[in-house]
Amino acid sequence: MLLNASGCLDALTAPDVARSFDAFVTKTVTPEPREGNEPVRIAETDHGMLNSIGLQNPGVDTFCSEVLPQLQALGLPIWVSIGGFSAAEYAVCAASLNGHDEVVAVEINLSCPNVDEAPESAAEIVAACRAATGLPLYAKLSPHLPDIAEAGRAVETAGADGLSLVNTLRGLVFDERTLEPRLARRIGGYSGPALKPVALAAVYACRRATSLPIVGMGGVWSGRDAAELIAAGASAVALGTVLFTDPDAPARIRQELQAFAPVQSVPIPATRKNAAYQRN
Amino acid sequence: MLNRERRRVVGSEQVGPYTLLRVDQGGLEPGIPGQFFMLEPPGRLLPRPMSLCIAPRRELGFLFEPIGPGTRALASLGRGDELGVFGPLGNGFRLDVRRPLLVGGGIGVAPFPYLSDRLGRPPSLLGFRSGFHAEAAELVPNAEVVVEPMLVTEALPGGYDVLACGPEPMLEALRVLAPHAQLAWEAPMACGYGACYGCVVELGGRYKRLCVEGPVLAA
Repeated sequence: MLLNASGCLDALTAPDVARSFDAFVTKTVTPEPREGNEPVRIAETDHGMLNSIGLQNPGVDTFCSEVLPQLQALGLPIWVSIGGFSAAEYAVCAASLNGHDEVVAVEINLSCPNVDEAPESAAEIVAACRAATGLPLYAKLSPHLPDIAEAGRAVETAGADGLSLVNTLRGLVFDERTLEPRLARRIGGYSGPALKPVALAAVYACRRATSLPIVGMGGVWSGRDAAELIAAGASAVALGTVLFTDPDAPARIRQELQAFAPVQSVPIPATRKNAAYQRN
Repeated sequence: MLNRERRRVVGSEQVGPYTLLRVDQGGLEPGIPGQFFMLEPPGRLLPRPMSLCIAPRRELGFLFEPIGPGTRALASLGRGDELGVFGPLGNGFRLDVRRPLLVGGGIGVAPFPYLSDRLGRPPSLLGFRSGFHAEAAELVPNAEVVVEPMLVTEALPGGYDVLACGPEPMLEALRVLAPHAQLAWEAPMACGYGACYGCVVELGGRYKRLCVEGPVLAA
């Protein structure tokens, strides 16, 4: 199964690109509307790019009343990425999605590098969301965690149905002429090809630590990259930064992945916990 | 539909400090003046947004200043080389204006040759930081040129429908001087089609994506 990484595609401005995935993952929504971070928000590096968007979104109420109906019209299963600045805020977002049949899973963004973090642990946030909704919950973890396998076990115990691995790494880029930080917020999330080994290590560690299905992402540029994530233990693969450079990447990578058919036969545990995967 | 093709370079010329890169048009449409294309520099991760400068028969021409790794890589391309071209994208200038005046600053001159052609060669007022940079004015018919320390905003005549492209301080000044102007903005951009939310500018207290809502916006 091929997904887009949250925040790397707007299905409403590029519906054809969205339809080339098996499900569409939204940009993260928060309880209140957010304008996001001051520009400059993006900067290229030699081996990737930085972003500092800062969760720009219309807020969960407007999202549910105005954006979700438009997304539903695309006919794609929808994963909604949720964020917040406390466990209670995450739970508000999760509860708001109940009753929206087009939403097949919720991705809990526990790892945005561009905003302040909630004070609670990932497991406490997942537990709050678990109490708020029966939808499948995928916990998106940060590659900065000192022991991502332990974090994976903790969110599994707290009620997560799957893991999304990984979010971006914090990075800094200087302007080559002024030697000033390129981004207005200075630090941004580092993505692109350089992230792939980090993602592979995280997926590999969590595959061995938990029985949860894993959506692997980070620097996927080719079918070979996707096959490596699957070989490391991912049940599905998401494309992020590659979409900025190649909107045709989903079809291309799907095609290239066929050359690695034996890799795709990695068994996925058929339990209630990977319902979102099975439905798609 | 998103139109992205591998195109072949037909020619690359110097215009003052700028590079005019011409590619064969293939199946790509030139679009409306002020729309842009994403050009993929060899060896770089991200494409670079460029407005269309000229649209001679079966060609698309782009004018840019090679000042960073991406634009330098584009400037290194020669006749016969290939690159990815994606577009046209975004919203261009409205052409239903009665007394057009093109106002440009620096590399903001880029969309004007094509725009001037489509509007029937209206007058233009172009500002540059040096006489060397002002060589780009040769691409635009009926151009009056000012060179720093003189600014275009000091030479702006009244009574025109202003269509402008240039550095942010110039556009901010024009918002006050010509409140009905159409302004073409620029921002670092990753995708060009609304995916990344990187290219926002603040308008009316809200961050707007230039690639989707612009790059040409009402003042």
